[in-house]
Amino acid sequence: MNQYVLEMRGIEKSFGVRVLKGVDFSLKKGEVHALVGGNGAGKSTLMKIMTGVYTKDAGEILVNGQETSIEDTHDAKRNGIGMIFQELSLVQSMTVEENIFLGTEVVEKGLRKTAYMTERSREVLEELGIDVDPKEVVGNLSVGMSQMVEIAKAMEKNAKILVLDEPTASLSDTETRQLFKMMREIQEKGVSMIYISHRMSEIMEIADSISILRDGKIVHTGRIADITMDEIIAHMMGENTGKKFDWVQRTYDQAGPDLLTVEHLKVNERISDISFRLKKGEILGFAGLMGSGRTEILETMFGLRNREGGTVSLKGVPVNAGNPGEAIRNGFALIPEDRRKKGLVLIHAVKENAILPKVAKLRKQGIFVDEKAADEMVNDNVEKLNIVTDDIYKRINLLSGGNQQKVVIAKWMNMQPEVMMLDEPTAGVDVGAKAEIIDLIRNYADEGKGVLFVSSELAELMAVCDRIITLYDGRITGEIDRGELKAEEELQYAIQQK
Amino acid sequence: MQFSKNKKNIQWDKYMVYIIFVAVFILFAIILGNKGFLQPRNLINILRQTAMISVMAVAGVFVMAAGQIDLTVGAVTAMTAMLVSLVLQATNSILLALLVGLGFGMAVGCINGLLVTKLKLPAFLATLGTMELVRGAAMWITDTAAVPIDNKTFCTVFGIGSAAGIPVLVLWTILFYIIGILIFNKCAFGRHILATGGNENSAIYSGINTVKVKIIAFTMSGAFAAFAGIMYAARMQAGRYSYGDGDEMSVIAAVVLGGTAMSGGTRSVIGALFGSVLMGMMNNAVILANLSSAQQTMIKGGIIILAVAISNLSQRKKNN
Repeated sequence: MNQYVLEMRGIEKSFGVRVLKGVDFSLKKGEVHALVGGNGAGKSTLMKIMTGVYTKDAGEILVNGQETSIEDTHDAKRNGIGMIFQELSLVQSMTVEENIFLGTEVVEKGLRKTAYMTERSREVLEELGIDVDPKEVVGNLSVGMSQMVEIAKAMEKNAKILVLDEPTASLSDTETRQLFKMMREIQEKGVSMIYISHRMSEIMEIADSISILRDGKIVHTGRIADITMDEIIAHMMGENTGKKFDWVQRTYDQAGPDLLTVEHLKVNERISDISFRLKKGEILGFAGLMGSGRTEILETMFGLRNREGGTVSLKGVPVNAGNPGEAIRNGFALIPEDRRKKGLVLIHAVKENAILPKVAKLRKQGIFVDEKAADEMVNDNVEKLNIVTDDIYKRINLLSGGNQQKVVIAKWMNMQPEVMMLDEPTAGVDVGAKAEIIDLIRNYADEGKGVLFVSSELAELMAVCDRIITLYDGRITGEIDRGELKAEEELQYAIQQK
Repeated sequence: MQFSKNKKNIQWDKYMVYIIFVAVFILFAIILGNKGFLQPRNLINILRQTAMISVMAVAGVFVMAAGQIDLTVGAVTAMTAMLVSLVLQATNSILLALLVGLGFGMAVGCINGLLVTKLKLPAFLATLGTMELVRGAAMWITDTAAVPIDNKTFCTVFGIGSAAGIPVLVLWTILFYIIGILIFNKCAFGRHILATGGNENSAIYSGINTVKVKIIAFTMSGAFAAFAGIMYAARMQAGRYSYGDGDEMSVIAAVVLGGTAMSGGTRSVIGALFGSVLMGMMNNAVILANLSSAQQTMIKGGIIILAVAISNLSQRKKNN
């Protein structure tokens, strides 16, 4: 009898560039196997091949020692592989029971056997120790509870292998405890789990073994008991640590009073007591894991969320933005994390997107928009930011991700904000555009403006930030001067600390 | 995806309504030329008859560009016509009549806007409700009796007069189209509407008060519909509760035929005029062809489906 429930051998996948370069991955029966790696290491690609979202270019997949082909998600389900998605895939308006049986409703003579399905749901939930009524509407549940329902759904389908992708990112401490308790119960039933997370302490606690991916290859695999957190981070980084982006000496003299002073800012119960200062010409980085509150802090300062407490002062004057319009007038700008959903109107032209916040100010004689000035401004943006487009009237969804992002940056640079806030500005852009965006950020700060910079790519933070604040679960856990940082490992380590 | 091909499709889509318009015009000219279709009087008549729909369609473009829909416009024309007639009967003051009429339309539009933004009702249902309320009020106010208008000046200026041989109804239509085009092409507000309909989240993140934008769009729709009601009253020299029955649907058809997407974020003001006149032309043609009103209604329905399907197909090609 084979001890592995799942083996992946020599898995190759390329999207123009090779993302997976012959990955071998094995999963034992009843183990929790952590899968770690930096952004772009290939974790999600590997998991998507396993769950049938992508098909592999080469390699073989064995389930219980038998070679099998996984061409789509149905094949994966048939092989007992279930995925718990980062963005939960439950239908919010339906009940727990309806979600558990969605697509696999038990039907007799064309009618749903609701009573049976409710009873069966209750059994599954009870077995897993989930305290929820099957008749409850999912929309009324907390994120943690929804996640558990999702796991219950997979278990009802007799999943033998569960993939959990950053399951604790938006969970409270208590919820995380509950999740771990449940994972152990499932484990005892012989179910194997692949646990993807950036949170080292949680990995050390829950996982039995670990595989580390870097640049499309498994660089280490072994028992969790035989490895330390430092070693994991070292494996993730490899030798080419932080060499992609180098620190460039900046020119602006940062002496003088504070540009921005934030004191005891409270976003909600979880994210609170956020205090920091920012000088003119300074770039302040925020480093933290998913769910550490980085985005929420920026959004609160931009008037998108209600501030529950604390003060924000610009040049010593308290400002209180109730909506983004006020924040913009106060001199703030926010480049949001998701450019497609929040940064751009995809069906509109480059020009329309680039002038949107500014358009009310681009008027001559008080009423009509000065189209000539607008065209000049956007043409100037295209030239200075090196935006690749046929002309400024091209629909923005026809541009590449990097060029789209440059338009978002141009849109806010045109406003000349005192404080520019950037949330993951290099996510999903190619390396060339990344370097250009990093340069734009540097140059903007050198004009004497303040920059708040959030990024999951620590090498990037180290390349541009004067200081870096580390966050964990909604609290500031430390502040590091750039000069003190020797290697990316140190920062990796710092963001793991509570 | 080839870009050159794409570009071609965008053009095709943009001019769809004009292509259909010209094709239908030529078709009618050939079939109905000997029945008087091409006579200037007939053509001017088509423009006059469609003036009310055309004016409401301008506001319809604003509402749909913002990603909303307004079903109250037909009912607002009726109630406005009633109010205007009653005020004229009581005071004979044109100014007061206009103020009451337009004020009523704007109030209804504003209420629609508040229902959609503050109570977060879907626009379709919110305006369906106000439509019934307003239509009912128009019937109730005189117990369905018509109210004649004796003020000749009012009727001449807003309905039956003409200047330099052009009927005032056509002149008013032109004025409203100029206003609509100016707002969209020249004013910041036009951009704000398009951004709100194109991606509301991005608009909010860009500092646009999308609640205000939507309320203004609905208020404009109410005001334009009220003006259409004034035109109805002046043209018929009376207020009747039945004016504008079903006009909301004709307006939506005209706007969509014109190339404005129901999903928001795009607009074609002049296209809406062509859409409106196209439908007027079809009405005219079926009358000239001596078809019964039952046949007219059916043909109208078929042609709307056909035209929207054609423009939809070219839209789909563009997105692939």
